[in-house]
Amino acid sequence: MSAALDIPAPPKEETPFQRFAREFADSKLAVLGLVIVLLVAVLAIAAPWIAPQNPYDLAQLDIMDGRLPPGSVSADGLTFWLGTDDQGRDMLSGIIYGLRISLSVGVGSAVIAGVIGSALGLIAAYAGGKIETAIMRLVDLQLSFPSILVALMILAFLGKGVANVMLALVIVEWARYARTARSAALVERRREYIEAAECLALPRWRVLFRHLLPNCMPPLIVIGTIQIARAITLEATLSFLGLGVPITEPSLGLLIANGYQYMLSGKYWISFYPGIALLVTIVAINLVGDHLRDVLNPRLQR
Amino acid sequence: MTTWLLRRLIQAVFVVLVMTVIVFIGLHVIGDPIDILISPEADQAERARAVAALGLDQPLWKQYGLFLWGGLHGDLGRSFVFNEPALQLIGGRMPATMELAVTAVLLSVVIGIPLGLYAGLNPDSLLGRTTMAGSILGFSLPTFWVGLMLIMVFAVQLGWLPSTGRGETAELFGVQWSFLTRDGLAHMALPALNLSLGNIALVLRLTRAGVRENIHMDYVRFARAKGLSPARVVLVHVMKNILIPVVTIIGLEFGSTIAFSVVTESVFAWPGMGKLIIDSINVLDRPVIVAYLMIIVFLFITINLLVDLLYTVLDPRVRLENRQ
Repeated sequence: MSAALDIPAPPKEETPFQRFAREFADSKLAVLGLVIVLLVAVLAIAAPWIAPQNPYDLAQLDIMDGRLPPGSVSADGLTFWLGTDDQGRDMLSGIIYGLRISLSVGVGSAVIAGVIGSALGLIAAYAGGKIETAIMRLVDLQLSFPSILVALMILAFLGKGVANVMLALVIVEWARYARTARSAALVERRREYIEAAECLALPRWRVLFRHLLPNCMPPLIVIGTIQIARAITLEATLSFLGLGVPITEPSLGLLIANGYQYMLSGKYWISFYPGIALLVTIVAINLVGDHLRDVLNPRLQR
Repeated sequence: MTTWLLRRLIQAVFVVLVMTVIVFIGLHVIGDPIDILISPEADQAERARAVAALGLDQPLWKQYGLFLWGGLHGDLGRSFVFNEPALQLIGGRMPATMELAVTAVLLSVVIGIPLGLYAGLNPDSLLGRTTMAGSILGFSLPTFWVGLMLIMVFAVQLGWLPSTGRGETAELFGVQWSFLTRDGLAHMALPALNLSLGNIALVLRLTRAGVRENIHMDYVRFARAKGLSPARVVLVHVMKNILIPVVTIIGLEFGSTIAFSVVTESVFAWPGMGKLIIDSINVLDRPVIVAYLMIIVFLFITINLLVDLLYTVLDPRVRLENRQ
């Protein structure tokens, strides 16, 4: 009898990333969200090569094409799939360029706020004492006022502009990162590896940023995803109110504001499609963030 | 209790002071106070007189003192546009914002609590799941976009409700109110719904979580064992325990509702103080901006204080903790 024994192959060792990817793929909705987010990101980055028209090149615009409904064809044979605005701009191109501004403002401010907020949160948890009290009091004060109010206050003093909007978003957002980083760091700093690092007499900044920070990342990534969506929403809201980005760099919010006046006369597309683009982006980011929270939560890990 | 109240009051006054410093710095250090406080149409002589009158030639700490003194006496400057004291101007617009915010909060209670109760009691039902999914949208959709869609559907397409303005108003206690007339109520319907969507989602989720948590508690089992009807168990026994966090959140959210009415009022052209502040920012009517910021900060801190007080009254457990 020489029949080969049926020995099962030893289970392959799964890298942490593979496990993460497998768990993330459990939710079809989150995967769909991720696909949409990636698609939107590609559209935003590659806007100049993808958009049928450069909406800011006045030579390409014809005022005679103004306010055409979706599907109309211009004199040059260009089809306006999503219609045109009052300047004769192709809405599809306008939306793709608008996404570019909305995303860069949202992601940019979320990243800057994330760096500042996480650093302050870590320092608060690690230093303790008066420094911690001071930082966390500031966080409490900041979070007790609604984001829109703080942003309004800052823009009222500084005026419009992309840089000012980003500054306002950073000031609105940093506190949430600080709170999250501190609570994560308070748990981690009592672990043995921190003690070990301290025993090695490593410099403080090295313990903080090389040992403590990487282990506090999961909740920060979750907050970061949600905060990007919040930043995009807030930027759109501010631009809609006419306090955000200038007319020369229209984000989705400003496109919606421009179409608002035509909405009452039934020319819905000027506002409607940028709104849909904004909506899809925000909901997709939230879907990804929501599921990331479940996957990265150590309490739920099997 | 008295010490606690005193400590809270001192804290509140401190926060107000911090905010005045921030607004003052924003006004005098970041921006140029001469441009900000003096009308651009003023000529040289007027300008010099105004600089002296406003004390802009004084050192900074003295200027701050003057600013604070003016604020305490209800004098925060005159609006350039309306040529009226800024505080009086905002006060005149306040009732419109207040009735909108109060209606929105009422709506969130009337819609949010029953839906939350249902979703909590029947978590796997179709309606229960739909409300939960819908509540995520309620959080994440931008208010102004929802407002536009409401206008597009209910005002433009269906033509059921008016989209802008306050409509007919009636007088009560010397103030004009929209909620007293049929026409006013119709005008208020869309903006109030728009403003309340986020709060509806919040109240709904809180109520649902509360039901899910409380329904398995011993006191519920005991009430059932006593033979009480299911309706009484839920509406009296469970409700009492759910309402504490809900009331707190509604109270705290009242402040944000007033702040977010800035957006709703702009979309629906509702003539409240939110619309006023946006218009003022756009024409750089800065005394009005400063006055608005001070009023809203004051409102906020008062609301937070009241909610804290209410909390201790509602929940005896908090009082016990404070005594320790």
